[in-house]
Amino acid sequence: MKARIKFSKTGSMRFIGHLDVMRYFQKAFRRGHIPVSYSQGYSPHQLMSFTSPLGIGLSSDAEYMDIELDECPEPESMVERMNQTMNEEIRVKDFLLLPEDAKPSMAMLAACDYLIAGKPDHMSQFQDIGKTQKLLEGLLSQEEILIRKKTKRSEKVVNIRLNIYCASTSREVFERHTGGSYASLSIDQKEYPPILYCQLTAGSVVNIKPELLMEALCREAGIEYDPLAYQIHRLEMYGDQYGKKGEVHLLNGEAPCLLVPLSKYR
Amino acid sequence: MRKLALRDEILLKIEKPARYIGNEINMVVKDPEQVDIRFAMCFPDVYEIGMSHLGIQILYDMFNQREDVYCERVYSPWVDLDQIMRKEGIPLFALESQDPVRDFDFLGITLQYEMCYTNILQILDLSQIPLKAADRTREHPFVIGGGPCSYNPEPIADFFDMFYIGEGETVYGQLLDTYKEWKASGRERVEYLKQAAQIPGIYVPQFYDPEYYPDGTLKSFAPNIPEAPEHVVKQVELDMSDTFYPEKPLVPYIKVTQDRVVLEIQRGCIRGCRFCQAGMLYRPIRPRGLEFLKKRAIQMLESTGQDEISLSSLSSSDYKELQELVYWLINEFTDKGINISLPSLRIDAFSLDVMSKIQDVRKSSLTFAPEAGSQRMRDMINKGLTEEAILGGAKEAFRGGWNRVKLYFMLGLPGETWEDIEGIAVLSDKIAREYYTIPKEERNGKVQIVTSTSIFVPKPFTPFQWSRMNSMEEAEEKRNFLLDKVRSQRHGRSIKYNCHDADVSVLEGVFARGDRRLCDVILQAYRSGCFYDSWNEFFHYSRWQKAFADHGLTMEFYIGRERGEDELFPWDFIDIGVTKEFLLREYHNAQEEKTTPNCRAQCSGCGAARFGGGVCMEVRTNESQD
Ligand code: SF4
Repeated sequence: MKARIKFSKTGSMRFIGHLDVMRYFQKAFRRGHIPVSYSQGYSPHQLMSFTSPLGIGLSSDAEYMDIELDECPEPESMVERMNQTMNEEIRVKDFLLLPEDAKPSMAMLAACDYLIAGKPDHMSQFQDIGKTQKLLEGLLSQEEILIRKKTKRSEKVVNIRLNIYCASTSREVFERHTGGSYASLSIDQKEYPPILYCQLTAGSVVNIKPELLMEALCREAGIEYDPLAYQIHRLEMYGDQYGKKGEVHLLNGEAPCLLVPLSKYR
Repeated sequence: MRKLALRDEILLKIEKPARYIGNEINMVVKDPEQVDIRFAMCFPDVYEIGMSHLGIQILYDMFNQREDVYCERVYSPWVDLDQIMRKEGIPLFALESQDPVRDFDFLGITLQYEMCYTNILQILDLSQIPLKAADRTREHPFVIGGGPCSYNPEPIADFFDMFYIGEGETVYGQLLDTYKEWKASGRERVEYLKQAAQIPGIYVPQFYDPEYYPDGTLKSFAPNIPEAPEHVVKQVELDMSDTFYPEKPLVPYIKVTQDRVVLEIQRGCIRGCRFCQAGMLYRPIRPRGLEFLKKRAIQMLESTGQDEISLSSLSSSDYKELQELVYWLINEFTDKGINISLPSLRIDAFSLDVMSKIQDVRKSSLTFAPEAGSQRMRDMINKGLTEEAILGGAKEAFRGGWNRVKLYFMLGLPGETWEDIEGIAVLSDKIAREYYTIPKEERNGKVQIVTSTSIFVPKPFTPFQWSRMNSMEEAEEKRNFLLDKVRSQRHGRSIKYNCHDADVSVLEGVFARGDRRLCDVILQAYRSGCFYDSWNEFFHYSRWQKAFADHGLTMEFYIGRERGEDELFPWDFIDIGVTKEFLLREYHNAQEEKTTPNCRAQCSGCGAARFGGGVCMEVRTNESQD
């Protein structure tokens, strides 16, 4: 039996790496007597896979994980049961039983929403929302936004303009575009004042990190990009209902695209 | 949101930030404003090592059961963070509240090995607490040491306000109650120390003065105030089944050295190996009840979600109900995906049966600790493991499918000859030969033997406390000799030989039997940049050499001489129950290669019976003799 879990990760838990989050869940499942299935063999492990886990330091209201269950007598009470064994900074937000033929969420991931906020101990150059919005509009009006993208193996210059589906300093505008509601988040918005919201291409073929957009915006503003000055907070992950394998949706592209939050995607 | 002591920027810059954020599952949360006593419990090494220590978990649980106490944890910041904290003047903080340690009432430091001594100074320094107890005021926490190294606290005496000698379960309550009274009274710092000194097991170094002969040996060691007792008696928990033991141990996020639930089945050991300090310090052996252990096993696995449980004791095979306990654990837990690990088991039919049930035979290895290569030497150290038993056990195991063996030995035991050393290679080879006596079809590939040696370090409160330790040069020579001998064995290529570094062991030996004059040496070494000495990459032997020379002391004095039988030792003021007469008798027995029976076979009158518990009070039956 397959299921998908959506969870948040904030505060001090931002500093727990992906492998340790996995270990955390393994123990939480055992504490909560969640009947997760085990692999066979001498050192059996729980069957679980994470969807594009965050790097250290980032926070999130929408992390996803697929698990295999032996049984699931009361799906309605699962969120509550799991949260009884969780700490305050990693909370299960949604639990969804999947049809047996459901594809793993990682394979379906097409886009993510992020909030980029200022850090408490850094004076932000983007405090003035009006000014930031102008800068952002200036940036988005360009045909090409060229950014040096580093991967483990190579480094190349890419144009990220068509991977920015939406970006705005206004939460309302962003919500209207994405259909999300981001007024109350697990990140403290007084301490981490929002700078902008964005929806970017994500997935195993092309994955645009929000840091790249921030870097481009800094260039636009004529200031140096300091990665330690911003808190990135993930708001949602989407699958593309019409997406085909290996295909990447581009802004205003011809192929139809319907982004659905992974927690609603079957 | 939970407050963190370190800014995001710092946490993102350093290795493993999870070491410093706390908030682990089962962490105790209290309002610091609502308690009378804030206790910082410190293991002076990196988080992964400190979090693996059972003793701290027991005390953490015990302290926090008191409503008026909030006990929090502190570990040594790793070198990367250390640098940042010094540069920015960030005070060392406790993981729970993330508050500075200097604002606590107590800083308890557990002393598990000598090579952590400079790390103690790092902890005090980063906490911004004066390094020497004499320089502290009412504003500073009381710094209290405990654990095995506190049985010779003298080399670090200046840095501590007091030491707790013995097991924490007994008089901490009294110590804390007295503290509350003192705190309310507004009296001077020294007044509390005077009261503490009268609590059994508490040693307050500043109330004692050592005097030395011109040759550097101790002339006298006596209290300088009437309140301080002449002898400090070790504290022993007698009822091991009705005492503190955590039901909800902490669960770290990052992988730590002992990433499992630990069940201490007994404390102490009946064996009486003459090199082993723990075997003497924790006399008499006191088993915990089977039902108590079962209950805790269930509770701990339930509350942590850990996937492994390990039994802990000095010699698990001597726990009388071991079979019952182990088969119960297997029945109860293995089908729930929980691993069971059983260190320190004698290899016999029972342990082989159990091991084949709980691990993959092909991937696991057998462990023997003969400690010495010849029967003569094993009799000297009173290690009752015979060659026959080793070869017999190995053969059984090889038949059962095992093909890997780990062997542990010591080099530099008193009275060791070249022949004894060669015996290590010969015994390793005999085990390999044993493997090839079984038919080829039944073998599981080639045999793999890993032979490791450590350098023997004489410890206080052992029959070898009078013995000379090998110099670095001697140890090196012996190592090379043995390596040569291993290579020339018939199955030399199946034997891998590992050995410890001699320079660290030498210093360990010096601290183990050192005196108060070493405090300034340690202080200087620390000031010249020594810490994390137990980590090879940070060990600077030359700085240590300089520190000794600058203080007109030699390491030779502490380790390089056979000590006189009437010499007064710096640790003689501590009474561990086991008498100096008994240790001396055992020292002589060693010289005569005479063995001494274990406590269950026959009481040897070591002195620990005065505590009135454990094995000393057991009725001896014939079947318990082996
Ligand atoms: S008094 Fe006897 S039984 Fe008790 S610990 Fe000593 S030798 Fe063993």
